[in-house]
Amino acid sequence: MATRLATVTTWFDSADDATARLRAAGYLTDDATALTAYLAGALEKPLLVEGPAGVGKTELAKAVARAAGAELVRLQCYEGLDEARALYEWNYKKQLLRIQASGGGDSWSETHDDIFTEEFLLTRPLLSAIRRDEPTVLLIDEVDKTDVEVEGLLLEVLSDFQVTIPELGTISAICRPFVVLTSNASRELSEAVKRRCLFLHLDYPDAEREKAIVTSQVPGLDDKVAAQLVDVVVRLRELELQKAPSIAESVDWARTLIALQIGDLDEATVARTLGVVLKHASDQQRAIKELQLPR
Amino acid sequence: MSLLDTHIGFVEALRSAGLSVSLAEGLDAISALEKVTWHDRETVRAAYAATLVKRQPQRVTFDAVFDIYYPRLIGGGVAGEEAEPASDGPPDTGPELARFREALAEALAAGDQQALQDLAVEAVARFGAMPGRGPGLSSWSAYTSLQRVSPAELMDRLVQGLLASGLDDERAQRTAGRRIGDFTRLVEGDARRRIAEEKGPEHVVDVTVRPTIDRLDFTAARRSDLEEMRREIYPLARRLAARLTKEQHAQRRGPLDVRRTVRASIATGGVPLTTHHRPRRPHRTDLVVLCDVSGSVANFAQFTLMLVYALREAFSGVRAFTFVDDVVEVSDTFRPGADVVEVMESLSASISQAALWGRTNYGRALTRFAEEHADAIGPRSSLLVLGDGRSNYSDLALPVLADLAGRARHSWWLNPEHPRHWGTGDSAADQYGQVVPMVECRNLAQLGEFVHQIA
Repeated sequence: MATRLATVTTWFDSADDATARLRAAGYLTDDATALTAYLAGALEKPLLVEGPAGVGKTELAKAVARAAGAELVRLQCYEGLDEARALYEWNYKKQLLRIQASGGGDSWSETHDDIFTEEFLLTRPLLSAIRRDEPTVLLIDEVDKTDVEVEGLLLEVLSDFQVTIPELGTISAICRPFVVLTSNASRELSEAVKRRCLFLHLDYPDAEREKAIVTSQVPGLDDKVAAQLVDVVVRLRELELQKAPSIAESVDWARTLIALQIGDLDEATVARTLGVVLKHASDQQRAIKELQLPR
Repeated sequence: MSLLDTHIGFVEALRSAGLSVSLAEGLDAISALEKVTWHDRETVRAAYAATLVKRQPQRVTFDAVFDIYYPRLIGGGVAGEEAEPASDGPPDTGPELARFREALAEALAAGDQQALQDLAVEAVARFGAMPGRGPGLSSWSAYTSLQRVSPAELMDRLVQGLLASGLDDERAQRTAGRRIGDFTRLVEGDARRRIAEEKGPEHVVDVTVRPTIDRLDFTAARRSDLEEMRREIYPLARRLAARLTKEQHAQRRGPLDVRRTVRASIATGGVPLTTHHRPRRPHRTDLVVLCDVSGSVANFAQFTLMLVYALREAFSGVRAFTFVDDVVEVSDTFRPGADVVEVMESLSASISQAALWGRTNYGRALTRFAEEHADAIGPRSSLLVLGDGRSNYSDLALPVLADLAGRARHSWWLNPEHPRHWGTGDSAADQYGQVVPMVECRNLAQLGEFVHQIA
């Protein structure tokens, strides 16, 4: 296999550049997020994004891909994810066919050399991200859902951007991907993984930015309604709820209001559409009580 | 101090404050700082945070240490030095104070962060100075300046202003409280900066940095800390539940299922290539919680109850009793999906029922429990006693507890005090500890570990 020189991609020129280009890609960042995204590109380190559900962790990876014109390769993690579904697998059915087709005329070593080649390799997200020779964003989503063994698997990929396949040797990244790992912190990740990553905690945005996000995501939303909506959401977050509403829920709410053609978010409307933002019965009762909404 | 010295000192201080910063991460921070511009302090902070802080609860500690090592300004700042000669005489005088409070009230009403920050610096510079103290004592005090300025007295005026601007009463109160709290924190931060300048940052870090919320003692928690802890309960319960299901799945393989194994072996000519197992029957504990809700340990008992109930799927049944010197059952308070705040309120209401004379009496409470609710404890249940074992020198009823513990499958005693205080004063922790294994449980981290272990 001919070795190609590693090409260097510049993801962002500076933090300001990151802000501007992510904004152009439809993702409004704050300063810390933009700076960390810029650093992740500049230092070529994976970026571990943590935060409550629905604050735009996955969206950040997508926005980076859009902003840099790169392709997104996504590995969705779940319990029981293993090497065969994360890294690579040998296509043993095809190998079997190959052996049968050769009719047993070849010696063992010839057959062996034959069936462990690229032709019989099924690449999975981690390997395909590394082998791509164009800019790639690798999104490893909900990494806290995996078993601890998978983290071990990630270590080689995250620190050296290479994968070792015993039969083929080590495959190094031609063009280092921009790696984003997201986590809901349902489990503490191992120190080894954290050490290799830059860390970013995404939290609920301040009222001003949230309003900007909602208006940019939901075109056609009245400015006054957007302000009212964000105001209510901020107040809801101050209550002690089992699940505080996130940005995704604000956006859903805005879409609901558009669909219902509501031009003014008064208390009765809030009470009627509360189910869009609060998904627990006890949370809804609490909100009705604290915000003094009509039942 | 050179830039590198500051960096090394900063990393050392973070380590001593409990963050595990490795050498590699320190190097990452340096290479990150090479890539950013230095004209904005927040940029430097964000670059450090991205490379060194890998756990969100540690962020508070990080910010405090950062402010000490990379202060916002030195001394009174450039503006301060220019302004000072303008006012003749001592800076701390009555008219000056009145003028200052006027400026503060305006800034608070406007919610102007920059102005408040400048005023905090001025407050410490003017009213917090304690010149002429002996060597080794700091000459700046946040306490003195806050006493002089007393921002809390501006509360009413601020609320009025906010009401006039169209907020409703409750929100005006809350906004005003938050702004004044923020200003107090700014003053405290600025006093720390002054002291750090005078005595070296290492000293200040040792003294002022508080532990993260999950390591903070229940008994040492302030009001605001308690609220923060309450918010941590559900996330903690979720994390524990996720861990529990994962562990149960990991040990799902039960005993060998002979029938299925033999059946499967027919396909491979009678050789049992793959073995089949019966699913393991999950073991669930029946939990009886008996908790002391007297003033000294009430918070601890509440948190433990909340956590146990948030995890109720992991137990087959939970019954909870609270006591001071009498026992009352509170199991009904915890409906599934009940509201945290309401539960807390009805729990505090139950305290008055649990007290006959209001002085903690473990012996009496245990006897009453054995008399009235003896049916709660069976061979399948586990007994959990929560309390500090401080029984006002009364009869301990050790045989009663021994009998209860003997009937239960397991029993534990959770004590929110440090083991070095067990058995001091009126604490009967040592005596009770001989009957029931006593476990130290001082903060959320220890509590989480314990509940995970018994579930």
